[in-house]
Amino acid sequence: MSPKPKMTSSNLDFYYGDFQALQDVNLEFHERQVTALIGPSGCGKSTYIRCLNRMNDLIPISRVEGRILLDDEDIYEPSLDVVMLRRRVGMVFQKPNPFPKSIFENTAYGLRVNGVKDKGFIQNRVEESLKRAALWDEVKDRLDDTALGLSGGQQQRLCIARALAVEPEVLLMDEPASALDPIATQKIEELIHELKELYTIIIVTHSMQQAARVSDMTAFFYMGKLIEFGDTDTMFTRPKLKQTEDYITGRFG
Amino acid sequence: MDITKDQYSEEHQSAGKPVKPKNISVIQKAVEARHRRRKLVEQVLFTTFRGAAVINGLALFIIIFFMLKNGLSAITWEFLSDVPRESMTKGGILPCIVGTALLGLGAIVIALPIGVASAIYLNEYAKPGLILRTIRLGINNLAGVPSVVFGLFGLAFFVTYLKMGVSLVSGCLTLAALSLPVIIGSTEEALKAVPDTYREASLGLGATKWQTIYRVVLPASLPGILTGAILGLSRAAGETAPIMFTAAVFFTPDLPGSIFDEIMALPYHIYVLATAGTNIEATRHLQYGTALVLIALVLGMNMAAIVWRSRIRKKLK
Repeated sequence: MSPKPKMTSSNLDFYYGDFQALQDVNLEFHERQVTALIGPSGCGKSTYIRCLNRMNDLIPISRVEGRILLDDEDIYEPSLDVVMLRRRVGMVFQKPNPFPKSIFENTAYGLRVNGVKDKGFIQNRVEESLKRAALWDEVKDRLDDTALGLSGGQQQRLCIARALAVEPEVLLMDEPASALDPIATQKIEELIHELKELYTIIIVTHSMQQAARVSDMTAFFYMGKLIEFGDTDTMFTRPKLKQTEDYITGRFG
Repeated sequence: MDITKDQYSEEHQSAGKPVKPKNISVIQKAVEARHRRRKLVEQVLFTTFRGAAVINGLALFIIIFFMLKNGLSAITWEFLSDVPRESMTKGGILPCIVGTALLGLGAIVIALPIGVASAIYLNEYAKPGLILRTIRLGINNLAGVPSVVFGLFGLAFFVTYLKMGVSLVSGCLTLAALSLPVIIGSTEEALKAVPDTYREASLGLGATKWQTIYRVVLPASLPGILTGAILGLSRAAGETAPIMFTAAVFFTPDLPGSIFDEIMALPYHIYVLATAGTNIEATRHLQYGTALVLIALVLGMNMAAIVWRSRIRKKLK
């Protein structure tokens, strides 16, 4: 394990109005590792992952306390440019959400909004990103077709390609396979395996098997608290806490 | 025990000869009685709703038929391309057609950017609170203001106070004010219909709020915005009251040469011919003819916009 974490959250509290959705969450994410966030519905894992790129800023009544560091920078520092943050911390959402644009324009979107004008560069980066997302062979002959004509699994890989195109350092995935069939899910999981060589990946998942298959580290959330955090193998074979064991073995959830 | 379809129809056929346990047949009888009533209610409601729909369709059909029957004889090339002659009992209505087209166009050119900008502010930027509620209340009430009040407002503000005079531009501004609530309302609906997941995806890629609106939200809501523009335009083009004090005059043989010229307009021309013309009875067919042209113009603009909209929709898919 590399000594210095890529992202760290310390004493993180999160409120929706009066409701406290996260309580004192301390976590570290390391480079070239996949961390899975697991826990029952409403446990705060999605809220947590959306704190990491400040997506929760969009909710007017929300409030964050505590610190989240990206490298050594506090991402909730007022001077920090949230637009820059989101370029460095990319996100893939639960439901595939390609724009109603062509496959090419979807992939190039992040580059264009970040001011890249060089056509050759965009072209190369689009190809590279689609290859990295294991979608290139399926779409290379129809890059100008609308992305909405792709299957759900293809759309999700396009969303991953779209996120990769802006060269993020961290990739957040909020249940990326929950709307997909088993074969598409398998492709996404294989992809996560390859991508972790290059990125810090944090994935929220409802599926224990998926967490066990794709992640190096696992964090178990319950009722807004981080219950247990450790390497995935240990967690799934010898969890420290009874509560974790009960959840993992399906006794509650 | 489940009452399967087979058991049900069997029982149905051998009614009176209960072969099943008693309580089942009680349930079945209840179900059956209810079923008959429900079916009747369904039938009555269906007929009522269909009747309502038919009346609607029929109304438009009757209006168009009535107009065609009374007005078609007036439609000649001369009628469409000449200016009114002999105290408007002869000649054509070209200045009115041009005037109405320009009024509608001008109104939409003014109202669309302002309306869309307002809707973007209200839906994308404004934080919920007293100010937002007040603005919304204002817009909603503006939609309910009678059109003659807009006419008087236009007279007081654009014509007199801003010294624009009775002119094309005063009329356009007044009609723009009239169609603003419609445009704002439908644009807001269109923006609301854009899934938040698009916004999140765009922001998540490092786009700013404006980039997100400009590149993703607006293109996705364009068909809905156009619908609003169509509705606003149709309403503006057909109005009489707002332009009678601000833009339209009884008679002017010249086509407008500048935006500060007075104009003739179709709705006002109909009103004039039918109430204050030199010979109301003799010009009856001209009145119907003018009305027919107005309807054709408005329907034509609607059709063009609908075709345009469906093209954009196809492109989005």
